[in-house]
Amino acid sequence: MSNTTKTLAVAGAVAAALAATMTAPAQAQAKEKCYGVSLAGKNDCAAGPGTTCAGTSTVDYQGNAWTLVDAGTCAEIDLPDERMGSLEPLERDLPQG
Amino acid sequence: MLDTSTPSFDRLPDAPGVGYKPQHFSDLLQDAGSVRWLEIHAENYMGDGGRPHAQLRHLSERFAISVHGVGLSIGGEGRLDPEHLARLKHLIGRLNPASFSEHLAWSTHDSAFLNDLLPLPYTGETLSRVADHIDEVQETVGRRMLLENPSSYLAFDESTYDETDFLREVARRTGCGLLLDVNNVFVSATNLGTDPVSYIDAFPLDLVGEIHLAGHDEDHDDHGKPLLIDSHGREVAEPVWTLYAHVIAKGGARPSLIEWDNDVPDWPVLEAEAARAAAILETVA
Amino acid sequence: MTVSQTTFRKALLAPDKPRPDGLTDGAGHPAGRRFDVYRNNVAVSLTEALEIAFPVVRKLVGEANFKLLAAAFLRQHPPSTPLMMFYGTEMPGYLETFAPTASIGYLPDVARLELAIRESYHAADAAPVDPARLQGLDPAATLTLAPSLRLVRSRWPIHAIWRFNMEDGPKPSPRAEDVAVLRPDLDPEPALLPDAGGTFVDALLTGSTLGEAYDAALAEAETFDLARNLSILIGANAITDIGEPS
Repeated sequence: MSNTTKTLAVAGAVAAALAATMTAPAQAQAKEKCYGVSLAGKNDCAAGPGTTCAGTSTVDYQGNAWTLVDAGTCAEIDLPDERMGSLEPLERDLPQG
Repeated sequence: MLDTSTPSFDRLPDAPGVGYKPQHFSDLLQDAGSVRWLEIHAENYMGDGGRPHAQLRHLSERFAISVHGVGLSIGGEGRLDPEHLARLKHLIGRLNPASFSEHLAWSTHDSAFLNDLLPLPYTGETLSRVADHIDEVQETVGRRMLLENPSSYLAFDESTYDETDFLREVARRTGCGLLLDVNNVFVSATNLGTDPVSYIDAFPLDLVGEIHLAGHDEDHDDHGKPLLIDSHGREVAEPVWTLYAHVIAKGGARPSLIEWDNDVPDWPVLEAEAARAAAILETVA
Repeated sequence: MTVSQTTFRKALLAPDKPRPDGLTDGAGHPAGRRFDVYRNNVAVSLTEALEIAFPVVRKLVGEANFKLLAAAFLRQHPPSTPLMMFYGTEMPGYLETFAPTASIGYLPDVARLELAIRESYHAADAAPVDPARLQGLDPAATLTLAPSLRLVRSRWPIHAIWRFNMEDGPKPSPRAEDVAVLRPDLDPEPALLPDAGGTFVDALLTGSTLGEAYDAALAEAETFDLARNLSILIGANAITDIGEPS
């Protein structure tokens, strides 16, 4: 489009955008949204829960223990694609690490 | 006596403080009760801005702030991470906190940060290394730091120093102060079969600029002996309060922090812990 | 004997390997499972950090599966700095190669969106430009966008997937979605950009003039709505300066 047309288009768009912004409700800024972001990645100096569990169980690096029983919400999402949008069972047993 | 003067934020008051948690922001501004100062973990405020910085700006107008580092790896075999040291210098320069402290521990090795306070043997070699690192930290940030005694779950065959002698010698060489974590003393003594009161009596209390108190969990080792875990997830245990009272009676009032990092309770529960520390501090007033 | 930190570290992250010698219970017995306290601290604290950092990925694959993913990830990619707030930057690429998740095409982009939200939360503050300066904006001007703005472009419906898991949004339909993470004040909010909005914002971020960005967006979609896109940016305090043409 011509520069003049563009200038007019931009001016109109800015005016419309500013008008829309003025009438938008004020943000409720006092309250923190509960997306958990504020809690993500906190450093602290506390120790974990003792001697057992995550640190001492042998890790299945290949994910053989991956379960489809409790597969999470991706079981509910079905998005067709060549790479498959949904979780699929592994077709073969992977070697132990 | 218990320090109740007008806040002067160039030092921590000899009164209770708490480890700051964002969920207590409003409570703290409404009624902090017996809580007079706050401690933050340095690394959580090393972003560029946003809510963490905004909250800290508000809080530092009302409370003395202690910056407590958890990631510098002062006991590491390698050299201190210059980038992290620069971030620390920047934070301390921006905030001008009443106190800065770090741990006698290591957490970074071969550029991997392991997110835990890992133990080191107490030998002449590790003493020199820790002292060199503290010299570098104090020169870089331009102030004296406090070094905290760790929680121990095991001992090193190769150690030749008692922990109290090691800490006293580090402080003598570097001029740093000490942060006495009374729960850590109790946890380590129980785990290694030593006497916590003897540890306190051997500790250079005149160098203590701050005290930590926290809750621990109980587990067992292979032989069924108690193995206490420094979990910071519950009330301070009774024997730790008793040991704390001994420290205060012997060394006088000190800034005393309640640390509660896991299963963080509602504000009144945390404040009640601080009030209990205040009552013990009053006994030497 | 001496226990080097190299030895200590290797045994920390390999629970199937023997514990280092030279560690005791203080009474002459080998430390045994006392060493596992440290193994556990490292694995549990890093797993928890990932769980809180990637709530949508966690919901998508399920809690038990996410623990397996985290256990494998943290050993291959332990944090490279002490700033836990930025831990997990390698997660999108890792999800592409980790066998059980490699078939879930949208997962890496969902992880990118979650990283972008955290980055936005910690980004520098910047005051929005005075609206008066926006009046009569020259198409040859450039716009400086807020440091907290992040653009995540995807051929998957990542905004819908995010809302489905975090805000009880409707079930996602197949389509490409571009998301601008905006921070009007202190809380990051993922905003779905309308047609060609991703191209428009990307052009602005890379220094194109407003006119060039407009052209690029129109070239991609005739339905591109300049007013609507500017409104999204202005409403979220995302325009912080104007570079007037010289």
